[in-house]
Amino acid sequence: MQDLISLAVKAIFVENLALSFFLGMCTFIAVSKKISTALGLGISVMIVQSITVPANNLLLTYLLKPGALAWAGFPNVDLTFLGLICYIGVIAALVQILEMILDKYFPPLYNALGIFLPLITVNCAILGGSLFMVERDYSFAQATTYGISSGFGWALAITAMAGVREKLKYSDVPDGLQGLGITFISAGLMALAFMSFSGVKL
Amino acid sequence: MGHKKRDLLVDPMVDNNPITLQVLGICSALAVTSSLKVSMVMALAVIFVTGFSSMFISMIRNHTPNSIRIIVQMVVIASLVILVDQILKAYAFEVSKTLSVFVGLIITNCIVMGRAEAFAMKNPPIASFLDGVGNGMGYGLILMLVGFIRELFGAGTLFGLTVLPKVTDGGWYVPNGMLLLPPSAFFIIGLIIWAFRTWKPNQVEEREFKIQTLEAH
Repeated sequence: MQDLISLAVKAIFVENLALSFFLGMCTFIAVSKKISTALGLGISVMIVQSITVPANNLLLTYLLKPGALAWAGFPNVDLTFLGLICYIGVIAALVQILEMILDKYFPPLYNALGIFLPLITVNCAILGGSLFMVERDYSFAQATTYGISSGFGWALAITAMAGVREKLKYSDVPDGLQGLGITFISAGLMALAFMSFSGVKL
Repeated sequence: MGHKKRDLLVDPMVDNNPITLQVLGICSALAVTSSLKVSMVMALAVIFVTGFSSMFISMIRNHTPNSIRIIVQMVVIASLVILVDQILKAYAFEVSKTLSVFVGLIITNCIVMGRAEAFAMKNPPIASFLDGVGNGMGYGLILMLVGFIRELFGAGTLFGLTVLPKVTDGGWYVPNGMLLLPPSAFFIIGLIIWAFRTWKPNQVEEREFKIQTLEAH
């Protein structure tokens, strides 16, 4: 249990997907102009992340790993090279299913998140989460924790960034830095601040 | 025609750079720019994938039903990325270890999808190939520039060879350790954007709010 909590803290603060691995940067920069939209996108990312990482973990353990197909009578098959195409397929399919479920059973939530869901398929933070899960050899419990907490970390980062940008638009920025430039620099300062968590251990 | 083809290659490098102007593909790449060698491998991988994915997608564009085009594009892109990943693992294992998940993340690099959607679906294969290579090079240019600055001033080396001898090794240069940390890439890109826009003022974004000047009554 303790290692799961420390994994969660690490994924949220120390190894924040957005600020220390630069994942999901395109959406991070493009959708962080207003707090409300940023929060909506952050929550959608968190939901999708907490489903796809465990799902890809199951896929890896029971289909792709060397020897994983032993239950089907193929103990010598190693399909890990098909990993990338499978993970992205799972992500695209899950996002589509989630969109349909939300549309059918939770229309208000669908109306709030609807526009962001298709964007999430091409969000590197989602695929990145699954790839880190594979690289670090997480168990199912670890993968679930990692999915939820890394999604939460991303949501936290984009909401904070939107807060900064809402204030920033009133400031007098040099012409060339206007918009994109100053956003990068403030993201850099935020990343520096997040780095101060790196000594934290549970 | 020759002139037009050159434009397809050169235009995305400065005038319509995917990173500084279109805000595409910043996602995965910044974490790999702490050394020049790794940035170069990453740039080559992206040029390869954007070029060939645009070409193949353009070849099958008339046979792809509109409703499933995203999935088709994803499959083409993912297959090319798997190819790159396997080649790197076989011939440059050290570099592929440093790049870790970032090779796989070329799949979700918005430049690849963006060019497929915006250009390759409407244009013939050769033009699409050049457009893909051009955008890949525009991306690679920024990547190498960031890698160059970070490695030279952060570690005093270029491609692993000492250029500025460090104080710790008896030289005169005190390295700026922050440049080896991830946040520095944000600052460098921000400054590169500033430099680009000072050079090409038509890329400057409109202000949302202006400081009002007082009029004399």
